[in-house]
Amino acid sequence: MKVIGHVAVNVFKESVRDKVLYNLVVFAVLLMSASYLIGELTAGQDVKIIKDLGLASISVFGLLIAVFIGIGLVWKEVEKRSIYTLLSKPMRRQDLLLGKYLGLVLTLIINVAVMTAAYYAVLAYFQAVSPPDLRASWPAPATDPALLTAIALIVLELMLVTAIALLFSTFSSPFLSAILTTAVWVIGHFNQDLRDYGATIPSPIAASIARGVYYVIPNFSAFDVKLQVVHAQAIPRGYIGLTTVYGLTYIALVLVTAVIVFSKRDFK
Amino acid sequence: MDAIRTEALTKHYKVGFWRPRPYLALDGLTMQVGLGEVFGFLGPNGAGKTTTLKLLMQLIYPTSGRAEILGKPVGDVSVKRRIGYLPEQPYFYDYLTAEELLHYFAAIFGYAPAERRARAAALLDEVGIGAERRLPLRKFSKGMLQRVGIAQALINEPELVFLDEPMSGLDPLGRREIRQLILRLRDRGCTVFFSSHVLADAETLCSRVAILANGRLVTAGRLSEMLAFQVRGWELVVSGLNETALSRVQQCRHVGRATRLAEGRYALELPLTPPPERTLAELVGQGAALISLAPMRDTLEDFFVRQVSGAQPSRFSESA
Repeated sequence: MKVIGHVAVNVFKESVRDKVLYNLVVFAVLLMSASYLIGELTAGQDVKIIKDLGLASISVFGLLIAVFIGIGLVWKEVEKRSIYTLLSKPMRRQDLLLGKYLGLVLTLIINVAVMTAAYYAVLAYFQAVSPPDLRASWPAPATDPALLTAIALIVLELMLVTAIALLFSTFSSPFLSAILTTAVWVIGHFNQDLRDYGATIPSPIAASIARGVYYVIPNFSAFDVKLQVVHAQAIPRGYIGLTTVYGLTYIALVLVTAVIVFSKRDFK
Repeated sequence: MDAIRTEALTKHYKVGFWRPRPYLALDGLTMQVGLGEVFGFLGPNGAGKTTTLKLLMQLIYPTSGRAEILGKPVGDVSVKRRIGYLPEQPYFYDYLTAEELLHYFAAIFGYAPAERRARAAALLDEVGIGAERRLPLRKFSKGMLQRVGIAQALINEPELVFLDEPMSGLDPLGRREIRQLILRLRDRGCTVFFSSHVLADAETLCSRVAILANGRLVTAGRLSEMLAFQVRGWELVVSGLNETALSRVQQCRHVGRATRLAEGRYALELPLTPPPERTLAELVGQGAALISLAPMRDTLEDFFVRQVSGAQPSRFSESA
């Protein structure tokens, strides 16, 4: 277990030294500029746009990190042959893979935490400069703690995307892994439509394929509660719990598959 | 217990897209390496040396056969605690410094932070990495990376160390230092298994060698046994011989090359037969004085070329 921790810390160190965290500066500048612009355009009347924009930005920036670092995690080790020395040390192949995964998840969590802090700072500023009568018309305060629920589910979604990127990187090139991971993410967001489509089409073969894809590809739209949170709609606890169990189960299944593929590989 | 034991270890790769054929990277390697030996694993490029080392490190899986390290199957985590490995042309995380890299590997072995620092410092001193140890590895030359590679292979004070082309990329001074390091490891009781195509290194260091060509073991054994009885002639050194006497002897006797040495001495190469006594007697009759008479033996290089040139069968297996 300690070995997994050392590998994870090294992945985090790599992302820091490769200046991955610079994206946070871009995020903060984008969010602040957009907020200022929206404030000017709407005369501070719509905090929902800021909330929505912030959550979407956290999601997109996280996704970029998950996909573009995730696809290179194993590939880079193999391609540059650093894996030769590492695997000669007292560790199993699954320790290396899980360490890599947890390292990237750690990077993502720290990224999202900093982005969330910047997000709340912008919202707090917005709240402070808005007149009291305007604030009273909002269905929820600007710094609504419920936003954290949406962010937590974004983190869970990113963890799943990272696991999928890692799985693809155990057997394919970064380019192919990026395409496959993005394809899974896009299809996963339209998964519900796929099931409905499967139920309505007359061809039994097409219906089976649609059903098969629906069951294999994770339903990413389940993690998306941004709209409800921004509009101050309550999200049932049962839903959050179930989605968390669903996400964690999927992550476990994807990681087990990645471990099986990785354990059988020859590093020529 | 042997340090390394392989039995009919074989690795095929599929080559070709439409009609893949098995390519024999290693074919039925059976060998043993004893504890405390410095064992040279020799062969030309592409002979299967690195494939064998990768099989022993379980970076690739054998098609058939088996291998044991320190009495346990390869890949056993408890064995990995007792071994070190330097891959060919090693590459390390270039965003780390040499110190950080060694700390990282020492942490994987479970050493406490103070112990990690002490081991890293001592090993970097031993391989001759000075103040550069605090620079990122991306700034290191090939030779310096090789030294770091050797240091990381020794971070756990291994009982058995695998070095794949350890002299690669090193200048003459570096090669000498690594040779001395290998001898120090031997003196500490560490078994050293190293692959090389530089025969001079093997000749200096190894108690036993195996020679591999085209994925097959050509021969294995003690260097002394391989070379001791391969006397191929005599080297006779004489003094007091003038040019006229020399040319007379060369005409009527089996005298090969004559090399003029300093202070009027000559080194004469004589064939194995006839025996050198008659030539020597004749030379003495011409006024020459004997300085030395020594048998000329094969070098490892001669032996190697002879063995390897005979091993050229196809590496594509007939059985798919």
